Amino acid sequence: MRDWSKIKPDHRAILENVDARSSALDLGCGSGELMEILSEEKSVKVQGIEIDEKEIRRCVAKGLSVFHGDIDTGLSEFSDSAFDYVILNQTIQQVKNIATVMSEAARVGRTVIVGIPNFAHYIARLQLFFLGSAPVTRSLPYKWDETPNIRSLSLKDFREFCAEQGFRIDKEFFLSGKRRAAVLPNLLADTGIFFLSKRG
Amino acid sequence: MKIEENKAILWTGDNPLELESGGSIGPVEVSYETYGNLNEDKSNAVLVLHAFSGSAYAAGHKKKEDKPGWWDSIIGAKKAFDTDKYFVICSNVLGGCSGTTGPSSIDPRTDKPYGLNFPSITINDMVEVQKRLVDNLGIKRLLSVSGGSMGGMQALAWMVKYPDSINSAIVIAASHRHSPQQIAFHEVGRQAIMADPDWNGGNYYDKSVPAKGLAIARMVGHITYMSEQSMEEKFGRQRKDKGQPFKFNADFEVEHYLRYRGDSFVKRFDANSYLYISKAMDQFDASKGKTLESALKGHKYKTMVISFNSDWLYPSHHSKEIVKACKRAGVDVTYCDIDSKYGHDAFLLETEDQEHLIKHFLDKVRKDL
Repeated sequence: MRDWSKIKPDHRAILENVDARSSALDLGCGSGELMEILSEEKSVKVQGIEIDEKEIRRCVAKGLSVFHGDIDTGLSEFSDSAFDYVILNQTIQQVKNIATVMSEAARVGRTVIVGIPNFAHYIARLQLFFLGSAPVTRSLPYKWDETPNIRSLSLKDFREFCAEQGFRIDKEFFLSGKRRAAVLPNLLADTGIFFLSKRG
Repeated sequence: MKIEENKAILWTGDNPLELESGGSIGPVEVSYETYGNLNEDKSNAVLVLHAFSGSAYAAGHKKKEDKPGWWDSIIGAKKAFDTDKYFVICSNVLGGCSGTTGPSSIDPRTDKPYGLNFPSITINDMVEVQKRLVDNLGIKRLLSVSGGSMGGMQALAWMVKYPDSINSAIVIAASHRHSPQQIAFHEVGRQAIMADPDWNGGNYYDKSVPAKGLAIARMVGHITYMSEQSMEEKFGRQRKDKGQPFKFNADFEVEHYLRYRGDSFVKRFDANSYLYISKAMDQFDASKGKTLESALKGHKYKTMVISFNSDWLYPSHHSKEIVKACKRAGVDVTYCDIDSKYGHDAFLLETEDQEHLIKHFLDKVRKDL
């Protein structure tokens, strides 16, 4: 067992809120860090989809099951409710057809877990206002010309998106570094984690 | 690394192997090699499956051979198929010409080579022979079956036919059934052989062999194994043999290469084996008309599927079909489309990437036993 206090805050929020021995699909799983934690700490049966071959190699080195491919097309191959959870952690800001991917994720998984960096975090706001530059923060660490993100969104934007698209927010966690941001999350949280399910 | 070369008679004339086509054949002798040591509980055996023109000579470098075994780059001590940990088995396929019973073997009824009296064989028949070999070695469950191209097709056949006899399968640059394009290239090869007067209805063993036809078949094969880019880099428009008197000499480097490959193939391969094996590949359908998903459903083994993005003969989307079927069937699968410029040949050349993937995959399979 690892020391949970050393786990990245977003990973920890997810780890603490998934059921042991459940199944999960991690979209844009990167090097498989979260998958490894879920598998080892809660025996979650987890698979990943990742576009980058170098990351696939890292996942395989950890003994994880991964598919090399893009998220936009990789989801359609799974049957309905194939997983307890479909995870998009730090992924949707890089996805092209977000509404399609979200609705596919809700078809394939009973719960959709989304983790996003908050573009409206107060430090980002201050940088934009006082420095006049595109923000570079803890959760948005890239300069504008190096970022893989194709969209910038705030926690408020995402909640509105969920309402429009018919997603119910079952749980939400707002993180400010290692702490929880209990008040004014759209201002004080750098990251949001949402547990969603489709209405009806 | 401990290497053993062996032969085994698995079926006799009185008790022949019943074939998928309805025919039968006996005796069936199999040539196989093993690398490393079988552990006490016989749980560390890996069966590697050769491609079209391969043989049981998969690893090591024998004195009598020019080249090391066909997968020597990844079979051996500390390599992907680590012979310090695993007992690696490779056998020549049924219908082959490197020690296992095939059309060039002696038919006991006539005391002459079978030629076209050899019955039609399938990929599943090849697997049947491998299964009995493994049984005879006392191995109940293989740690893994693994192969590229036709070897990958055999691995798929194992997944469907003997799911409880394997813990894992590695399917590289393969298709679960041939496309018309793949069949078409094979047909050109077969027609080249049969158009050679020396082929003589398959009856040439005491005469001159259909060297021209078989060489042309191999030349076509080699074109399909390379990508445009790898040909460009390897040959460009470089010329050889300048100023020869005959108009149609092999003056381009690529022509020279293909002729050389064709001619050297004739020295080691039997034309009738070419016909039988290529037909077996074309007729293969892993799930026999059903969906592959239904044929894989409920099986507990782990699977790794590998393709190469410049392979146009066994293109990545064929591998993705296999992966999709695994996903839908609930079979544990990992897939990697390796970035390579070598085309289909990549499965023998891109060893560093495969080494990494296979090594870690097998480690995981072994840990989960």
